[in-house]
Amino acid sequence: MLEFRKEYFKDERDDRLNEVGQPRQRQDMLGHVTGRTRYFDDHAFEGLLHLKVLRSPHPHARLRAIDVSAAERSPGVKRVIRAADVPVNKNTLLSLINFGKDDEPLLAVDKVRYKGEPIVAVVAESEAAAYEALTKIRVDYDPLPAVFDVEEAIKPGAPVVNETYPANTFEYHEKYNHQKLRFGDVERAFASADFVVEERYQMSPIEHAPTETNGSIAAPETNDRFVVHTCTQALFFSLGTAAKLLDVPSNRLHFIGGTVGGGFGGKVDSLTEPLSILGAMLTGRPVRYVLGREEEMQYGCPRGAERHYIKDGVMRDGRIVARKVTSYFDAGAYTRLSSYGAVKCIAHVPGPYTIPNVHADSYCVFTNRTPATAMRGFGITGVDFSLEVQMDKLAHKVGMDPMEFRILNAYRDGDMKAHRREAHNCALVECVQVAAEKAGWPIRDEYRRMNSLTGGGGERAAIPATATDEAGRIGAGRPASTTPTRVPAMPIPPPSREPQPAAAPPRVAPPPRSAPPPAPSPPPPAAPAPREQPKPAAPAPQHGATRFSSVFGTRRR
Amino acid sequence: MAKTPVQFRLNGADKAVFVDGGENLLNALRRGVGDMSTKFGCGQGTCGVCTVLIDGEPQLACLTLAETCAGRGIETALGLADGPNLHPLQTAFMEHFAAQCGFCTSGMLMAAKALLDRNPSPTREDVAEAISGNICRCTGYEPIINAILDAASKRGGQASREQGHARV
Repeated sequence: MLEFRKEYFKDERDDRLNEVGQPRQRQDMLGHVTGRTRYFDDHAFEGLLHLKVLRSPHPHARLRAIDVSAAERSPGVKRVIRAADVPVNKNTLLSLINFGKDDEPLLAVDKVRYKGEPIVAVVAESEAAAYEALTKIRVDYDPLPAVFDVEEAIKPGAPVVNETYPANTFEYHEKYNHQKLRFGDVERAFASADFVVEERYQMSPIEHAPTETNGSIAAPETNDRFVVHTCTQALFFSLGTAAKLLDVPSNRLHFIGGTVGGGFGGKVDSLTEPLSILGAMLTGRPVRYVLGREEEMQYGCPRGAERHYIKDGVMRDGRIVARKVTSYFDAGAYTRLSSYGAVKCIAHVPGPYTIPNVHADSYCVFTNRTPATAMRGFGITGVDFSLEVQMDKLAHKVGMDPMEFRILNAYRDGDMKAHRREAHNCALVECVQVAAEKAGWPIRDEYRRMNSLTGGGGERAAIPATATDEAGRIGAGRPASTTPTRVPAMPIPPPSREPQPAAAPPRVAPPPRSAPPPAPSPPPPAAPAPREQPKPAAPAPQHGATRFSSVFGTRRR
Repeated sequence: MAKTPVQFRLNGADKAVFVDGGENLLNALRRGVGDMSTKFGCGQGTCGVCTVLIDGEPQLACLTLAETCAGRGIETALGLADGPNLHPLQTAFMEHFAAQCGFCTSGMLMAAKALLDRNPSPTREDVAEAISGNICRCTGYEPIINAILDAASKRGGQASREQGHARV
C-alpha cells in the first residue's frame, strides 16, 4: 500500500519519525460513536437566553433610520443590541498580525454592504421570542447600486463597496493594489513561442456547509470572566478578535472549543462569539447565538469566487517558455482572509513547473457579496484547477500525452523557481509516474526513466534578466532587452537504466545539451541564460521545515 | 406559554418533560431531558443528524412534535452501548474510521441500527439507501458503508455483544 521513497525529502525529514503508515485510533473517536462528544451547543445553562440577528435584505444600501422601540417592548426580549453598543465596532480579522486596515463593523453602522449583513441583535428568553422581536424592527433602507463581479468592481465609476478601500481593491503595505511576480520577459517569449494559448477560468463561491452551523454560548463566570463555548476552528484567534471588538483584556475571556462539527475553514471568522459575549455582558445571563441553516448558507462566509486568466507560450517539443497569470479573488464586502488568499496565489503560480518567463498579478477585490474566508487550500485550489486544465490544453495543442507533458515541464532539483528560490526535494516527476502506473496510463520509457534528481540546475538554475519599468522596478513598462529569449534547458533523461535510489545522484547536475524528444519541428536552441546574480550556495541541510511568512516575507521561528 | 407534560421511554428509561406547544422532539431531548447526543443540523429535515428511533422506526427529531411522542419508545445513540460494551455498529465505526468530526455520527448510527434491526444481512445498496437521508461532510460515505456492512457480517444474525468491547 504505502511506499516510502526515502531518496526524496531527505533534507526535510527526520528519520526518527515512525508514525506514518501506522494505524492510530483517533483519541476522540470513542466520544463520537457513543454520542458523548460535547460540541459547543451541548452545554446546559440555567437561564439561557437566545440571540438572533436582523440581517440586511439588500446587497448594498444606506441605513437611514433604525427603529427598535417595538422590538424592545416585545414579549421575552431582554436586550436589543445596536451598533453603538459595540465597544470597538470596527475590525479586520488579520489585524491581530498587523495585516490590513480595520474595515468591518460587528453591527452595520451607516450602510450595509452585503445581503445578510448583521444590523441589530435581539436577546430574548426563547428563540421564538427573539424571532418575533426581529419582525418588529423598522429599518429605513436607501438601496445603492451593487457590484457582484470582480472585474466590474475595478472599473472606473463602479460602486464603492467598502470605503476603507475606495478603489475596491485591497491595499498591500498601504500602497499596492495587487501582488506581483515577475521573472524574465514573457512578452518576448510569447513572440517567439510556437504556440500561445490564452484561457479564462473561474469558480463560484463555495459554502462549507458543515453539519454543525456556526455558533457559540457565552456565560458570566463568578470571577468577572466570561466562559465561551464555541465552534471556532481558531480558538485564540477568536479570543483575540472578541477581546478587541469588546475592548476587554483577553484574560477576561475563557474560551472553550476545539470540538468542531465540521469546519473546513468556515469557522475561523469569529462570526458569533463577539455578539454572544456582548449579550452576556449586557444581560448578565448566558447567551446562545447559533446560526440557522439558512443563515449558515447566506451569511456564513464561503470560499470566495475566483477568476484567472492564463496565457502560456509553448514550444512544439512541449517546453513551456512563458506563463502570464492575472488572478482576481472576490473578497466579498470585507477583507477577512482574502488578502492572504491572493498572496498564496502569487506564491503558487506558475505551478510546479520550470518556466523561464513568468508574469503574474493577483488582486483581492471587494464586491457586494458575502465576505469570503478560508476553505481548504483557499488561494491555491482554484489556481491549481485553472493551471492543470491549462496544462491539459497545452498538451493537446502540442500533441503530447498530458502525463508526459507534465513530466517534461516539472521542477527538477536545482531549478530556479520564478520566486527566485531554488527548487529542491522535488518529486512531481515521480508522482506523475506512479499515478500513471496506478491508473494503467501508458507513458513512454524515456519518461518513465526521468527523475527529479537529474536534469535540473545548470542553465535551469539561472535567474534571468527581468523586464523592468523606467524607474527600474518590475512595473508595467519594459526596456528593450537585448538578451535572447529564454527557453528551459531540456531535462535530460538518465542513461537507459533505472535510477539507483541508494546511490545519491548529484543534486545539481549541469546537463549537457541534448536533442529534444521527437517533435514536429525542433525548438530554437536555448541560448546561455544570462546570470544577473550568482547562484546562492546550497543551504546547509536542516531538519524540519523552515517557516516562511508570506505575509511579512520574513522567516520566523 | 402553557406547558404540556409528555412522558415517554428514552433508551429504556421512563422520562417526563414539559414542552411548549409546537416544540419539537429534538429540543425536548436536548434541553428538556439533557440527551445531547442528538444534534441540530438544519431544522428542516434535510440533513439527518437528528435521526432517532421512535418505536424502532428512524425519524427526524427536528420534524417530530414532542407531544406526539407521548407513551412511545425513543432510542438515541446514548442507548446503543450496553454498559461498557459497545454495540457492534459502534465498534465497526471506530475500526473503519467512519467518523471524523463526529457531528453526523449519532444520526448515522441510528439510521444504521434501524436497518440492521429489520435486515440483518443488507447489501451495499441497502446500506446506501438506509443512510441516504444522512449527510456527512467530512469522511465521505464509503467508510461509513463499510462499517455498517462489517457490523452486519460480524453480528451474523446472532447476538455477539462480546465483540463490542471498547478498545480505547
